[in-house]
Amino acid sequence: MSPILVGIKRVIDYSVRVRVKPDGSGVVTDGVKMSINPFDEIALEEALRIRERNLAGEVIAISIGPAEAQQQLRTALAMGADRALLVQVDSPVDPLTAAQVFLKLVQKHAPQLVILGKQAIDDDNGQTGQMLAALWDRPQATYASKLELNGAVARVTREVDAGLDTIEIDLPAVVTTDLRLNEPRYIKLPDIMKAKKKPLDVTSLAELGVAAPAQRIRTLKFDSPPQRSRGVMVKDASELVAALAQRGVL
Amino acid sequence: MSRALVIAEHFQGKLNPSTAKCVSCAQGIGGVEIDIAVLAAEAGAVAAEAAALAGVRRVLTVTRPENAEALAAVWAPQLAALARGRGYTHLFGPSTTFGKDLMPRIAATLGVGQISDVMAVDSAHQYRRPVYASNAIITVEAPADAIVVATVRVASFQPAAGGGAAAIEAVQVEAALPTHTRFISRSAANADRPDLQTAARVVSGGRALASAENFKLMYQLADAMGAAVGASRAAVDAGYAANELQVGQTGKIIAPELYMALGISGAIQHLTGIKDARTIVAINKDSEAPIFEVADIGLVGDLFAIVPELERLIRARKAS
Repeated sequence: MSPILVGIKRVIDYSVRVRVKPDGSGVVTDGVKMSINPFDEIALEEALRIRERNLAGEVIAISIGPAEAQQQLRTALAMGADRALLVQVDSPVDPLTAAQVFLKLVQKHAPQLVILGKQAIDDDNGQTGQMLAALWDRPQATYASKLELNGAVARVTREVDAGLDTIEIDLPAVVTTDLRLNEPRYIKLPDIMKAKKKPLDVTSLAELGVAAPAQRIRTLKFDSPPQRSRGVMVKDASELVAALAQRGVL
Repeated sequence: MSRALVIAEHFQGKLNPSTAKCVSCAQGIGGVEIDIAVLAAEAGAVAAEAAALAGVRRVLTVTRPENAEALAAVWAPQLAALARGRGYTHLFGPSTTFGKDLMPRIAATLGVGQISDVMAVDSAHQYRRPVYASNAIITVEAPADAIVVATVRVASFQPAAGGGAAAIEAVQVEAALPTHTRFISRSAANADRPDLQTAARVVSGGRALASAENFKLMYQLADAMGAAVGASRAAVDAGYAANELQVGQTGKIIAPELYMALGISGAIQHLTGIKDARTIVAINKDSEAPIFEVADIGLVGDLFAIVPELERLIRARKAS
């Protein structure tokens, strides 16, 4: 059975209050907790559930990032991925380059599905899945909250602004995950031990034949956002209504 | 001279207000000709609405049965061909689920990067956008020799005014369309209420509502105020509210005149979605809740006592 590829991005943990460096060159990352992008955990969980229903072969976890991203791949292996691959890159990679990397891996592994998070919570770009689908010339089902496989097609419910859309796509395809697709499993201690024996390979853009990331969209500087300040407290509903009326917002 | 193409978002024969905001964003470039592309099975009414937006030069309609639903895999090749064929320098779509799904597919088809969530335009090739749940704002520069593809954070722009009279031109686009992606169905939210993304007032409920039954309080208060209803991620995850009501980093980013956060503690991811609201009101029984740090008006107390009282006072005020 054909495999499922899952993207695993190393990001600053969602609970960290991110701060801009005083010189505007980036955000503070020293001593900051790093984790798997939460949407990628959901992607991995979905792939594992499909494999556990005997509807897929291997689940391959793929990260594009620094050497330290091996930590997140080990976590993915402990969750249940069969093997992992780090495409080691020392500077940030833009979504189009990431899509090109995934395209090379798609050509190598011929998966039925590539499941990615709908966005990474660091750059908040939300582009890689759609770009991969375009380069691969295959369907995309973004913002998935339900995924049903039926032979060579999948039916996907998508969380959209108007409500829920359902589409049918031929496989292979790219699916990007939304929050309600599933609840990722907790890792048990024996799984962490087992994960140490699973294969984790490291490769490079050059080995894959992808050009070094072009500076397509250059980041010139980081600024802190304007802060809202604390306002007034009122003591009951009638004071609140009076305050709203005074502001002319009722 | 820049030439911008705005991709119209529309639904059930109506232009989405996000389109007028993309036009405003495009106007920020300066010295720009702005066209709007309407892809549809039947473009008439939407094209007329688009043509009335001030500052638009031309509305291009691409009418074919395959365009009945906004499937990115079907629309992207047509829009990429249109952009190439007509020499546009900029493509803008809204940062709604429609535009976020579609625009990266167009960008990759054109072999260029994409700028997500433009919140300010510095120049034709320099923009500002939020990252890390709006905990940082970055200034980015797109290459001058490539087409700029961007999504527009609609909460950051006022809609373009009406009163325009752009020419409407039906165009044929040569593009092979895939059949691998098929629309099946849509379950849409209650259309009788104001739209969350564009409403002037929003009443939003959180985990403290504690049940779907209690969440109905939000609708009652919203109805009294003519407000849209929103929800925190916690309330949506718990099943109290539908997914399309979620406000925050990974839900909807909104900028109403009035945002009322009821029983919402104010996680950073939620605050990201409401930072641009004119007035934020927080009602919460926990006086230490982070929502009070950003609220213009705060009230500490029990929702279940305050909300019915608030509804009664507002209805009484309206009646008098």
